[in-house]
Amino acid sequence: MIDKNALIRISDDAAALACGADEVADAFQAAGFSVQRVSSWGMQWLEPLVDVGGMGFGPVAADDVDAIIAGTADALSIGLIAEHPFIARQQRLTFARAGKTQPLSLDDYYASGGWAGLAKAQEIGPEAIIEALIDSGLRGRGGAGFPAGIKWRTVAGAEADQKYIVCNADEGDSATFADRMVMEGDPFMLIEGMAIAGYAVGANKGFVYLRSEYPHAIAKMNAAIAACAHLIAPFEVEVRVGAGAYVCGEETSLLNSLEGKRGEVRAKPPLPALEGLFGKPTVVNNVLTLAAVPWIMAHGGTAYAEYGMGRSRGTMPVQLAGNIKHGGLFEIAFGMTLGELVNDIGGGAASGRPIKAVQVGGPLGAYIPTEQFDLPFDYEAFTAADALIGHAGITVFDDTADMAAMARFAMEFCAVESCGKCTPCRLGSTRGMETLDRIIAGENIAENIELIRDLSETMKFGSLCALGGFTPYPVMSAIKYWPQDFGMSAA
Amino acid sequence: MKITVEHIVASHQKKRGPLLPILHDVQAEFGYVGEDAIREIAGLLNLTRAEVYGVVSFYHDFRTKADARPTLKLCRAEACKARGVEQLVAGIENAAGDRVKVEPVYCLGLCSVGPAAMVGDKVYARLNEEKAAKLVAGI
Repeated sequence: MIDKNALIRISDDAAALACGADEVADAFQAAGFSVQRVSSWGMQWLEPLVDVGGMGFGPVAADDVDAIIAGTADALSIGLIAEHPFIARQQRLTFARAGKTQPLSLDDYYASGGWAGLAKAQEIGPEAIIEALIDSGLRGRGGAGFPAGIKWRTVAGAEADQKYIVCNADEGDSATFADRMVMEGDPFMLIEGMAIAGYAVGANKGFVYLRSEYPHAIAKMNAAIAACAHLIAPFEVEVRVGAGAYVCGEETSLLNSLEGKRGEVRAKPPLPALEGLFGKPTVVNNVLTLAAVPWIMAHGGTAYAEYGMGRSRGTMPVQLAGNIKHGGLFEIAFGMTLGELVNDIGGGAASGRPIKAVQVGGPLGAYIPTEQFDLPFDYEAFTAADALIGHAGITVFDDTADMAAMARFAMEFCAVESCGKCTPCRLGSTRGMETLDRIIAGENIAENIELIRDLSETMKFGSLCALGGFTPYPVMSAIKYWPQDFGMSAA
Repeated sequence: MKITVEHIVASHQKKRGPLLPILHDVQAEFGYVGEDAIREIAGLLNLTRAEVYGVVSFYHDFRTKADARPTLKLCRAEACKARGVEQLVAGIENAAGDRVKVEPVYCLGLCSVGPAAMVGDKVYARLNEEKAAKLVAGI
């Protein structure tokens, strides 16, 4: 029997809701318990996860609630949540509050160290903020990995009557949900990061460009902005909702979309840092980049840089997804190997079958075979292996995956989502899809593979942005490591 | 009071680059962004009809014709493929028939608990044949 006064905590994150968290919360309330809706711990295979005074049960269905109350739900018990190996092995800086606080409670945010970064930033001033950020080694978490401090310094040094902070929350890559979890679980942290950015570079207006596929994040961000407007004034934040275009995750396309135009990519230069939104100097940073800033300000740049390896400093919220047993959010310093993440942490394929491939970095990331599982999670190591970390999403595929079908899908996706501005991407993706169809049908395989190889080179070097430029990675890696799926004899 | 395109445009007057918020509101109010609405928005924002149409047609979210059917957005991206969404597609489309519109969506951010879908603002995860059939029947 659990204590009648026990506090029940259940996440209201979209992943928990999609797994039935509301029904479970209703059942506890109907039984007379008070239920607090909190952010998600990120152990998504256990959602809906029920926290009874620190003890966890999951995945819980509404039908299980009586057994939990009666104390007979041993099969669902995971013990102390904070001591669960999936949590205990993490180094949570950005996700320190995950599972513990109510997303829209300013009291919870204050009590857990919220606004300390902004206070510190205001105390040390713009120059020292940027210095701390450079010391931290923080690199853009959206995929490109550009040093955030250098970007901020460029914008700070630009002369203009108006500057902007733009948060790229157009998290469209499959296997990524860390931005969503920040916005739904800890929205004040993101707003605090944006306010610090605004103060550092001299911008009084920030936009969050948030994809329309995330209605829960949109609602939480709007509510959070309204609740803390007085704390960040004169800085202002406004949410702008995207409209279903994947390419708007590319920063220049995003800026065009924010201006109310077609989301077509702009040629660079000029850099957005100098001529960005409405032609003004603009910091465009990913959600995770900005969300890391309050911790860095509060604890210092060097404290952040103590985590990580090589030129990849700090922690990365890795997202374990696809056919994986223990899927969810795992924040860890750079340097852990892919195999540790997928097998030790993730528990292998959910289907119990052997793993065939993992795709890291979303639809534009390479497919990686298990032979390369010793690859450390590090920007440079991945680049050297013709792969990319991107937004650190890992999709696991078991041995039933057809890599030719996945390669074709990469081209199809590029064709559907191409903005149409440059020819290699607009036409190349469609021709690539048609050529792969012929390969799959068994027509002149060797010749057509050569065509794909040639086309991939053109797309890689001739496209304006990463959509056309990186689509060859999943395609060529699939051909390289699984030639038998394309009707060729194994290499 | 009946809400008009003019009201919606006026409500976003103070914004810079107001076109996307306007189009979202027009579609939410009328269900689509039709030719008349495009003409009116263009006039009020001092843009050409071609410019507004160009924006409407660029984004997957906007439609130019009315469609009274409810929409089921089914994630067909890599992570949901790895979790078997493709095996559910035919069954879902059959069950949907002409009554429910089934649209692909590329990622709902539910990538470890797929196959995932969204109807309105409500999200669904861990779909299998049985759950998917129940979901479609309940729309």
